[in-house]
Amino acid sequence: MSILINKDTKVLVQGITGRDGAFHTSKMKDYGTNIVGGISPGKGGSDVGGVPVFNTVEEAVKATGANASVIFVPAPFAGDAILEASYAGVDLVVCITEGVPVQDMLKVTPVLKQNGTKLVGANCPGLITPDECLIGILPAMIFKKGNVGLISRSGTLTYEVVNMLTEGGLGQSTCVGIGGDPVSGLYFIDLLEMYENDPETDAVVLIGEIGGDAEEQAAAFIKEKMTKPVVAFIAGQSAPPGKRMGHAGAIISSGSGTAEEKIKAFNEAGVPVANEPGKIPGLVKEKLGI
Amino acid sequence: MKIHEYQARNLFRKYGIPVPDGVVCHSVEEVEKNVPNDEKLRVVKAQVHVGGRGKAGGVKLAKSKAEAVEKAGQILGMDIKGLTVEKVLVADAVDIEKEFYVGLINDRNSKSVTLMASAEGGVEIEEVARVSPEKIIKMSIDPTMGLMDWQARKIALQLFRDPKEMRQAAAILVKLYRLYVETDSSLAEINPLVLTPDKRVLAIDGKMNFDDNALFRQPEILKMRESTEDEKKEIEANEKGLSYIKLDGNIGCMVNGAGLAMATMDMIKLYGGEPANFLDIGGSSNPQKVVEAMSILLSDSNVKAVMINIFGGITRCDDVARGLVTALQEINTDIPVVIRLSGTNAKEGLEIIREYGLPTVSTMSEAAQKAIELSNK
Repeated sequence: MSILINKDTKVLVQGITGRDGAFHTSKMKDYGTNIVGGISPGKGGSDVGGVPVFNTVEEAVKATGANASVIFVPAPFAGDAILEASYAGVDLVVCITEGVPVQDMLKVTPVLKQNGTKLVGANCPGLITPDECLIGILPAMIFKKGNVGLISRSGTLTYEVVNMLTEGGLGQSTCVGIGGDPVSGLYFIDLLEMYENDPETDAVVLIGEIGGDAEEQAAAFIKEKMTKPVVAFIAGQSAPPGKRMGHAGAIISSGSGTAEEKIKAFNEAGVPVANEPGKIPGLVKEKLGI
Repeated sequence: MKIHEYQARNLFRKYGIPVPDGVVCHSVEEVEKNVPNDEKLRVVKAQVHVGGRGKAGGVKLAKSKAEAVEKAGQILGMDIKGLTVEKVLVADAVDIEKEFYVGLINDRNSKSVTLMASAEGGVEIEEVARVSPEKIIKMSIDPTMGLMDWQARKIALQLFRDPKEMRQAAAILVKLYRLYVETDSSLAEINPLVLTPDKRVLAIDGKMNFDDNALFRQPEILKMRESTEDEKKEIEANEKGLSYIKLDGNIGCMVNGAGLAMATMDMIKLYGGEPANFLDIGGSSNPQKVVEAMSILLSDSNVKAVMINIFGGITRCDDVARGLVTALQEINTDIPVVIRLSGTNAKEGLEIIREYGLPTVSTMSEAAQKAIELSNK
């Protein structure tokens, strides 16, 4: 087991003929991800590195039985790409695209709910179940199979932490980058619940950021519902209010969303918060008694 | 993106939300020229992108044209929280019977546009939310249906008893929602929305922010952008694919990825230093981007040391190292630079940096400590 994806996941790539789409398709295939098709309207019938290209997601799903899709289309069209995948019945949609307008995400949200689609992102690095399936742009070589789940709002910081975990002998069950936008798909709580129910996950690392109150909600959920240990880190402790730190979601506004509030909430839920990324593996080991 | 009050008022007007008459003036001469010569009570308001103008003395009443000119003279050029006032709005003052607050925001939790309203207008709504949250009415809006008339009436009924007043307020809410959605706004507030003694409902002050990600399809909004010097630097960086925010410290940071960049700033602070900026160079190892990032960094005269923190994922550290060396050769600065590379091909990357003759470190905390040490020399 694992969460969301495994060796049986069949993946489509929306925007497969673009530069990023084509490049990461080959990377994902190299890792062993089962890429069954790509979508590029008007280019159906061709192929990209041996992957058949379809005009619509619907056609691709019918032809391949795909149950996941990863989106590399440019920001103005990403909202529509998510909708297309959702209406085609894809279970899991992963949107890598950065800079999607918030209003587009707001329009997408009720449709996902209605169709029962799970969305990861937008503006995210994707997710991986080591040795089974990688969807997105994560650097494969740093991951190692194991029993630690990881959820993160950021990209390279996630890689940094994963690398430390792996070097510290802590492999991962599934790692999910949920993205840094203010309105996105699956959030901390959704994933914490999945990890809690996943027999292959024994501990969870949660990497949060300033802005919003998703971390506070996660802390409340952990306190009430989680039996497995969670270790956290919050980026942006030194960020001034009112400034957007790269991620559209990472902004402290009117006294809420500060690192102090998040750390306090986690501490009250019995979740240790590392004061620097390097301390995370040690805290996980402590919690696991190793 | 933020706009000024007078710009928000113009948008309100365009969408049929009633606002008192007023003119925006860049100089005392413009006030002389544009304000009618009468004894009308007016309010002269500084137009700056910060809150708390009133407390800072940036809002003054004027009983005549002559007084308006005088007050504008006092406000123009004034410094409010580090920003110089370059223009004032001279608007008709209205008699107020009661003040309200209405606002729209993108709510992360409900993943919808949320309408907020309160009978406690005219003050900081955050303060009301903190002290007495029950005084704020909230409603999530379905993006497919928009704000329906009955919903607007339902909210308005909680603020106004009289049916005529209620209908005016409901109409304003529907128009505000339309404006919000059509301009890709991320915040639209009327504070205060007022009831006058002659029972008119008017927007006295307005604030609007817009989603930066949607500016590509909002050319009219983009035209309203006015930036401070610091913001100009940030926008210039953005156009080059870099994300830069100037801060007050003396250790320049260059990092790939926003989360890691924030964590790097935190680390500097943790070890007793002060970051000079947030700078995310994104995923590319293109030397030109590094050159541009370095020149933006070093244009800040406070910078005494630079910490470069790269985690190679898809991008390889040896590529990044080559980019850095090319960039550093081109820039040729005396400011000490600490480079930390980790991840894919880090060993090869560090080798390239060492050959070039720069000190390298392998962990973030070492890099932060080294940069702080160098900045103190």
